[in-house]
Amino acid sequence: MSAIPTPPARESFRFSHHQSIGLVFLCTLFGVAAQYLIKTSANALTVLTIEALLTNWALWLGLAMYGISTGLLILALRDGELSLLYPVISLTYVWVTILSVTVFNESINIFKIAGITVICLGVALLGKGDSRS
Amino acid sequence: MKTPLSSILLVLFASFIGSFGAVFLKAGAGRLHREIRTLLLNWRLAAGILMYLASFVFYYLGVREGELSVLYPMVSLGYIWTLLWSRLFFGEPISRRKVAGLALIIGGIVVLNLGNR
Repeated sequence: MSAIPTPPARESFRFSHHQSIGLVFLCTLFGVAAQYLIKTSANALTVLTIEALLTNWALWLGLAMYGISTGLLILALRDGELSLLYPVISLTYVWVTILSVTVFNESINIFKIAGITVICLGVALLGKGDSRS
Repeated sequence: MKTPLSSILLVLFASFIGSFGAVFLKAGAGRLHREIRTLLLNWRLAAGILMYLASFVFYYLGVREGELSVLYPMVSLGYIWTLLWSRLFFGEPISRRKVAGLALIIGGIVVLNLGNR
């Protein structure tokens, strides 16, 4: 046996099922932050000039967050099952509802509470494990 | 307010392209390795992102007219297409748990939208 350590394998790190679900979870948080920033930036954009576009930091931050969100989804999809991970994006509906009630003071009602509860149950069911486990 | 057929078709089409976007993202992601060229020369990822953008445009055109409480839950049909494509293109099994989870999610989205009227 040679004393030289074997070089690290070229094959990349693999995410477990729960790590992939966690990545999609983060992806939805970044996605909602991006939507919020882009919506705010559109309101701030009263005159449409090149300078106004370029100096609109909320717009660029929002687009960057969309980029991060997509990157996280791609990382998750690399190792996980598409049919299990893709529906987890529906958590977006939950965050948007919570944001609209807490930040934008929209009314909360029994349909909204029941709806986000049932969505969370569905996501939890998909998150429990992959179909090989 | 009635929802025009054109809006329904546009949103359906958006959900359809979006689900194919997910398929291409998954196909491209599976070819990612440590080498940067597996990211930069990855036409599947580029196609997936373009389909996502296209889906956003069609969705945006679709929701200009019509009832959001009808159109918004229709986007979640994309989850059903994705379940079918996952089986077809990646051989992922359609398990009872996936169908139940998906049914809960779509049901939840429909109920949630009843509260947004």
